[in-house]
Amino acid sequence: MFNFPKNIPAISAAAFGLMLALPAYASEDLGLGRAATADEIAGWNIDVRPDGVGLPPGQGTVEDGEAIYVERCSHCHGEFGYGGGSRYPQLAGGEGTLTSEDPRKTIGSYWPYASTLYDYIKRAMPFGEAQTLTDNEVYSVTAFLLNINDIVDDDVLMNAETLAGVVMPNVGGFIDDDRPDVANTACMENCKDDVTIISFAKKVGVTPDLEQEQ
Amino acid sequence: MARRRYEELETKNQADSGERPPADSGDTEPRTMVAMDRRRFLSAGVAAGATVAVGATAMGAKAANPENLPPNVPEWSQVLGEAVDQAPYGAPSPFEANVVRRNVEWLTSTTEASINFTPLANLHGIITPNGLCFCRHHGGAAEVDPADHRLIVHGLVDRELIFTMDDLLRMPSVSRIHFLECAANGGMEWRGAQMEALQFSHGMINCCEWTGVKLKTLLEQAGLKPKAKWLLAEGADAAGMTRSIPIDKALEDCILVYAQNGEMLRPEQGYPLRLLVPGWEGNMSIKWLRRIEVGDQPWHTREETSKYTDLMPSGKARRFTWQQETNSVITSVAPERPLNGKGFYELSGVAWTGSGRIKRVDISTDGGRNWTTADIAGPTLDKSLTRFRMPWRWNGDEVLLQSRAMDETGYVQPTFTQLRRERGTWSIYHRHAIQTWLVRPSGEVENVQLS
Repeated sequence: MFNFPKNIPAISAAAFGLMLALPAYASEDLGLGRAATADEIAGWNIDVRPDGVGLPPGQGTVEDGEAIYVERCSHCHGEFGYGGGSRYPQLAGGEGTLTSEDPRKTIGSYWPYASTLYDYIKRAMPFGEAQTLTDNEVYSVTAFLLNINDIVDDDVLMNAETLAGVVMPNVGGFIDDDRPDVANTACMENCKDDVTIISFAKKVGVTPDLEQEQ
Repeated sequence: MARRRYEELETKNQADSGERPPADSGDTEPRTMVAMDRRRFLSAGVAAGATVAVGATAMGAKAANPENLPPNVPEWSQVLGEAVDQAPYGAPSPFEANVVRRNVEWLTSTTEASINFTPLANLHGIITPNGLCFCRHHGGAAEVDPADHRLIVHGLVDRELIFTMDDLLRMPSVSRIHFLECAANGGMEWRGAQMEALQFSHGMINCCEWTGVKLKTLLEQAGLKPKAKWLLAEGADAAGMTRSIPIDKALEDCILVYAQNGEMLRPEQGYPLRLLVPGWEGNMSIKWLRRIEVGDQPWHTREETSKYTDLMPSGKARRFTWQQETNSVITSVAPERPLNGKGFYELSGVAWTGSGRIKRVDISTDGGRNWTTADIAGPTLDKSLTRFRMPWRWNGDEVLLQSRAMDETGYVQPTFTQLRRERGTWSIYHRHAIQTWLVRPSGEVENVQLS
């Protein structure tokens, strides 16, 4: 029902209930833009889905991934992904912490899909040097990160097929939006007996100085 | 120091966790008068200002120069002012130099993947000036030459197309006023009041008039195939920001925006082209938009799995929590806007909801025991900031100010306690609880949370 062919008759557009209020030209072919070539699309189409759609040819290994990681990733993410004393994300560990007072949302403890690793490393990492890794290098770094999270073996050959087959430990850890989950009422008088301050921002003391020039 | 980041909470190290008492520790230290921390005020002389500078706002309560006051004639009445060719692109008065975006250094690892905050306490009406709109970048603000910018539409469409900015500027356009809010607005306050300024407690929001092409118009040009259910929107920045968007929302009200408050987008807002997804978490309004792929399922990108998912006490995380919830805050009295002596004040603030329009805003001056309905006679637009106002006389006593918004569906903004009961303290995003300002007898205003 979301197909909008050229020159769609106004009457059937109205039947969709979607375009009633639009000016007549809205569904016309405006003649603007041009056909995108396959090369143009391929150069920018770098996304990867959980079912493996979008994964390119190529392959990588844990061993190669470790070498790349040490050289290009570890100065932010730390050795073996445990954070480097900086505030960059911790990439490994954290299993069993999601219900604790200190949840650690790492690749192993939190990420639902391995495909997201490939997609994100390819498009955004290393930070400040995005899209400089080759496909084989991305496969290797992905293999290494899954390996240090105990998700794939040391000798895995990471490629489109094996990556699409990886099942992440927390794949079942997500639920779709079920809000609204709270229901306040618009009480107007004598709404509560106890009004006690339990928390003062001033006692925390982490607010930047507003007088300081930025 | 209990530094708490809203995004990378999982990476905090031991040195940073800490001394801060848990929000629910029953910390009820005697609410004695605390010496004013003058650093937090935007000008000196606030404490003394209670008895001088009648009619001035607290922020402008700097002592006046008597030579400029009647019966004397000030200098600006005698000498010529600046010529019309001296400021080809105007700037605010130098006396407003404190009204700027600010960031919180400890919040993120770098300032390129970080956020700054809108100075809500200094704004009036519902529109945010372009230079004051909060920015959230994941790979810095890309500098894009519009001559070299392209938008590709491909995937489950009849015609895969590529557009120049010139193409897009020739298309049928719309202008809409909508708020744009980071999903993490207020996210530093889950475990207790933490930020001593409205700018930081609520400043991840702006409201602008956005002009551009309806996404629906563009998708009609490409022709959606029957299996089209989702879009992937992708930015051209060094983060390659991507989010999956359901097709119904794309066709309902999403806009390919090139202009903001009448001028072309600012670079930090995605110049020359961004997506606007009205009422939904700001991260989805992809800046520097370069590509729209049409597909039949979501992509589960990093920003909708590892981030922008809401961890619940059960250990499960909510995903695809797109809609920004019903929220409000008083802005005319805030830590940055201390009161300047007893007497008349207008209590004013902003309310908003991703569900549509604000229907009502109530104000309490006694910590939520009793409420009075405020005036929202100004524009109450769909998915926009709505300004509320209420006349008020302060008798000089300690008061607890709150605002509580209701949207057109009847949903009422919850208390912190209600929200925490359902969501715990680790969900980072979508904190929309009623805000409490403690007004001390000195006029000082503090961010607090109530039982």
